[in-house]
Amino acid sequence: MKFSLAWLKTHLDTDAPLQTITDTLTQIGLELEGLENKGAALASFRIVHVREAVQHPNADRLRVCTVDTGSETVTVVCGAPNARTGMKAVLARPGDTVPHDGSVLKVGEIRGVKSQGMLMSTREMGLGDDHSGIVDLPADAPVGTSYAAWAGMDDPIIEIGVTPNRGDCFSVRGVARDLAAAGIGTLKPFAPAKITPAFEGGPRWQNDFPEACPWILGRAIRGVKNSASPKWLQDRLTSIGLRPINALVDVTNFFTIDLGRPLHVFDIGKLTGDVLTLRRGAGETLAALNGKEYTLTSEDCAICDAAGVQSIAGVIGGEPTGCDEHTTEVFVECALFDPVRIALTGRRHQVVSDARQRFERGLDPALMPDAIEAATALIIELCGGEPGTVTGAGAEPAWQRDATMRFERIASFGGSDIGADEAVASLERLGFGVRHRDAHAVTVAVPSWRNDVAGAIALDQSPDLDPAKAAAAAEGCTTIEPENDLIEEVLRLRGLDAVPAVSLPRSGPVPAATLTPRQTRTALARRTLAAQGLAECVTFSFMAAGEARPFGDTPDSLRLSNPIAADLDQLRPTPVATLAMAAKRNAARGYPDVALFEVGPAFDATALHGQRLVAAGVRAGASPRHWSGPVQGVDAMDAKADLWAAMAALELPLEGLMLTQDAPDYYHPGRSATVRQGPKNVLGRFGEIHPRVLNDLGLPAPMVAFELDLDAVSDPKRRRKSAPDLSAFQPVRRDFAFLVDTGIAADAVLRAAKGSERALIAGVALFDVYEGDKLAEGKKSLAIEVTFQPRERTLTDAEIEAACQKVIAAVAKSTGAVLR
Amino acid sequence: MTDDLQALKTEIDAALAAATDLRAWDAIRVGVLGRNGTLTGLLRDLGKTAPDQRRERGAALNRLKDALTAAIEARKTDLENAALDARLAGEKIDVTLPPRPRPQGLIHPIARTMEEIVAIFGAMGCTLSDGPDVESDWFNFGALNIPAHHPARADHDTFYLPAQGDLPPPVLRTHTSPVQIRTMLTQPPPIRTIVIGRTYRADHDATHSPMFHQCEGLIIDRDLTLGHLKGCLTDFLRTFFDIANLPVRFRSSYFPFTEPSMEVDIGWNRRTGELGKGGDWLEILGSGMVHPRVLANCGIDPREWQGFAWGMGVERVTMLKHGMADLRPFYESDLRWLRHYGFNPLAPTMLHEGV
Repeated sequence: MKFSLAWLKTHLDTDAPLQTITDTLTQIGLELEGLENKGAALASFRIVHVREAVQHPNADRLRVCTVDTGSETVTVVCGAPNARTGMKAVLARPGDTVPHDGSVLKVGEIRGVKSQGMLMSTREMGLGDDHSGIVDLPADAPVGTSYAAWAGMDDPIIEIGVTPNRGDCFSVRGVARDLAAAGIGTLKPFAPAKITPAFEGGPRWQNDFPEACPWILGRAIRGVKNSASPKWLQDRLTSIGLRPINALVDVTNFFTIDLGRPLHVFDIGKLTGDVLTLRRGAGETLAALNGKEYTLTSEDCAICDAAGVQSIAGVIGGEPTGCDEHTTEVFVECALFDPVRIALTGRRHQVVSDARQRFERGLDPALMPDAIEAATALIIELCGGEPGTVTGAGAEPAWQRDATMRFERIASFGGSDIGADEAVASLERLGFGVRHRDAHAVTVAVPSWRNDVAGAIALDQSPDLDPAKAAAAAEGCTTIEPENDLIEEVLRLRGLDAVPAVSLPRSGPVPAATLTPRQTRTALARRTLAAQGLAECVTFSFMAAGEARPFGDTPDSLRLSNPIAADLDQLRPTPVATLAMAAKRNAARGYPDVALFEVGPAFDATALHGQRLVAAGVRAGASPRHWSGPVQGVDAMDAKADLWAAMAALELPLEGLMLTQDAPDYYHPGRSATVRQGPKNVLGRFGEIHPRVLNDLGLPAPMVAFELDLDAVSDPKRRRKSAPDLSAFQPVRRDFAFLVDTGIAADAVLRAAKGSERALIAGVALFDVYEGDKLAEGKKSLAIEVTFQPRERTLTDAEIEAACQKVIAAVAKSTGAVLR
Repeated sequence: MTDDLQALKTEIDAALAAATDLRAWDAIRVGVLGRNGTLTGLLRDLGKTAPDQRRERGAALNRLKDALTAAIEARKTDLENAALDARLAGEKIDVTLPPRPRPQGLIHPIARTMEEIVAIFGAMGCTLSDGPDVESDWFNFGALNIPAHHPARADHDTFYLPAQGDLPPPVLRTHTSPVQIRTMLTQPPPIRTIVIGRTYRADHDATHSPMFHQCEGLIIDRDLTLGHLKGCLTDFLRTFFDIANLPVRFRSSYFPFTEPSMEVDIGWNRRTGELGKGGDWLEILGSGMVHPRVLANCGIDPREWQGFAWGMGVERVTMLKHGMADLRPFYESDLRWLRHYGFNPLAPTMLHEGV
């Protein structure tokens, strides 16, 4: 909402400095969003008459000017080529600041001639780039007056943000009222005189859609002459960025801003019939005043004459019945429309108009009769003509209501020490009328323009609430809400900054844990993965559907209906997808070797009922080149190591996990696995990314990935650890090399060995895997080290030998292995 | 000591001094202390000594043995040290070689800021609550006093998913406030909780991202006032930015889910970006007393309970704290940016170490 200071002062009697006004606006919730004040820097510059400009006695390019300032005559030395006798110019005096470079003028002596000022160029005044000469004003420019005022630049333009609850401040008068209540000046009275109608007749209203329009007024004015508005009105409108059209239209725009009261004018000569009907739209198309066409639905309120729709009520008028320079008879519409319906119509047709903005926030219902009188008066003043009677349909809705505030609540809710008297005075300044007051509370009548205070309470309670609780809460709301509305007004006018800050009282001697076990797990997984050398990323939850598809289910239910860009339209099935694309971007920047991870959501068709929190990582390329050894490309075991590190940190029982080679299709079928804890609970997966996926999406190769479903990890049980097994006897280690079929999993050999003598075997480690020409086709060699840990005494050779035989037998039995 | 023993001592000392390697040294040791060594012989001959002298001779021999043993061992140590020194002299490496790489991972600045926020509000007794990114219309809007026609909806630039059946279409949550509702429906007051998570709005430029992170707070109790709101947020901001006298300003504003509502500004210098001084104000979060309708929608009686809530952009405070100019790199996963701004995973936020 924009207005100029002069416009504001038509409603507000104040001498407050601009800065005080703008600071107060921000403090009371009408946040200053912009301030344009070109005139401030020019305030001291005056229009002068150059009586005589003669050649400087000592300088070819300078002139000595005798300048009449209106109150005295001074001498000014000037270097401008266009300085000449008789011209009107702009003079800056010693002590003034030159806007262009910030320098301060002094009385100078230039080549022996005293100079008592400076004649200004456009550039020196900071108004443009022209410095070819001094400003050359028209002959009728008034000598001695402020240049900025004469040029219309002395009126600062103030722009404020109006919050959705304050429809009343979408008007200059509303802003003035709030400022006056906050102690900035006095609100000027507004009481337009009743106009005596000169005739009866003109269009009549027929309201067939009263839900959309409880009350509508209109008045015909005959014999108008519609031409351009006078300068003051044009200046008002252009100062805030509105384009003057013609006097009749400008009057409606003026009152929209001035009183927050949108009006519409129909050219009676263009209307068919003498009835204007409000009804539901019926699929008609209207050519609107903004040059666009709209097709009305049955939810829109249309204003129609005998020929059809002529206006979308409260949103935008129609071109065919608009007023132009040929208009001689005008019908002024002043209506109250249902705010919700206007909002929905405006949104449906995507029309943002000054009228819609105000209607959808709700208008002052009591203002209508005064507004139509004020509009009539201004039209007659500008265009002449004679007024008809005011015709109407419907009636002023009952808007009167009271609200009560307990004074004690100003402190116990508002935290403020504002006393009862100050509180009541604030409310009265805002237009609230005291109905009843005692030592504890005040009951006030809410003014007609404050539809945000003590309005109808619309709750949207959860259907799952206990009915008694729901009813009590709803009843509580009817008491508390109007009271809070009033407390807000009281606090706002003094400024919320005045409420003393109080630290939150402690909830206990030492705060309890902030995080849930799941959140702790997430934090630990994050730190562990970063400690593996992975860089944490935050990638978008959505991506291009085509790029998401290779990474899993991309159901239509997870496709955005209104994506901001075509490549951000699908919720990702897994963070691996967006991390893979991140690796691709890094490769494109010249960094193909990356190790990235993310802890974030994965979405599948069940996401509407919850989503999975996944720790995922991607490694691409190779280890860094280094003098100490060869470069190694990433492989599935790198991803497994990352996953295992995270699972170890989360204290998952690594030994008990199951691996199955059924990872999703975006993994290499032979070089990937699903990790399960029990047959059903899938913890995660790891492996090489499928070469076809790499190829299809242009991803850098090789690439491996892992995923850990943090929601599949159960909360740790707080169990006390048993005492550690710290044998006093040295362990004995023996190596075994087994020849097995290549299809045998190493894990089977390790488990068999470990299970062969549980009491004695403390550990089994695989230290070599060999497949090659030295072995028979289809065979591989697995070499393991078994650690025997005696507990009661040192083992004898015979006992060790017996244990070794058990290992060999067990491995042979379960895997068909033979000792090499 | 008799002359012969003294002579032996002198002779052996000289021989040890002359021995330059362990082999020569061992020959001396065997020659003195070995089975046929000179000293062993003298001890063996002790029996032949006249009985009246035997005691004295024996004592002298034992002293000599101790002295010689010590001298021999000392010489061995010397020789070993010399041999080691000689070997090491040839074992030089280029100490300027780059060490074996141990790739350093890092924590994203957003995660770091989240940790800091959690630590500070945790110290004020808050828990951390979570909720889904895909929300129903009611949780995201209706319960928060934003009915379908509310002008505030237009400001939210909501992303929608296809409608399922007759229900309004699900949305990507436009703020973390739905989690307030989830909390109030599942947890009886008093409540002290914060929410940090992904939020989504259809807006994309240097200062807006279609996905960003919000931090939300909800404090409900019987007697908390607007003064506590101001204290809580002022305490947070001064701790988070580590500026004890950071100017904090509260301005009237409007949000559908709070009343009174306030925007919170901090003092800074618009030109240099320096926080805490400079006379300019920067809007940093929105807050207010929880609207009685929001309480009532969750079955909480506003006559009994009151409190406050706030919301703040995680990226925004991260950028301010670390002087980052652009929002977009947060989500680009550019390794160079991550390395520049990332945090050490082994130095998580702990209040006693400072945030």
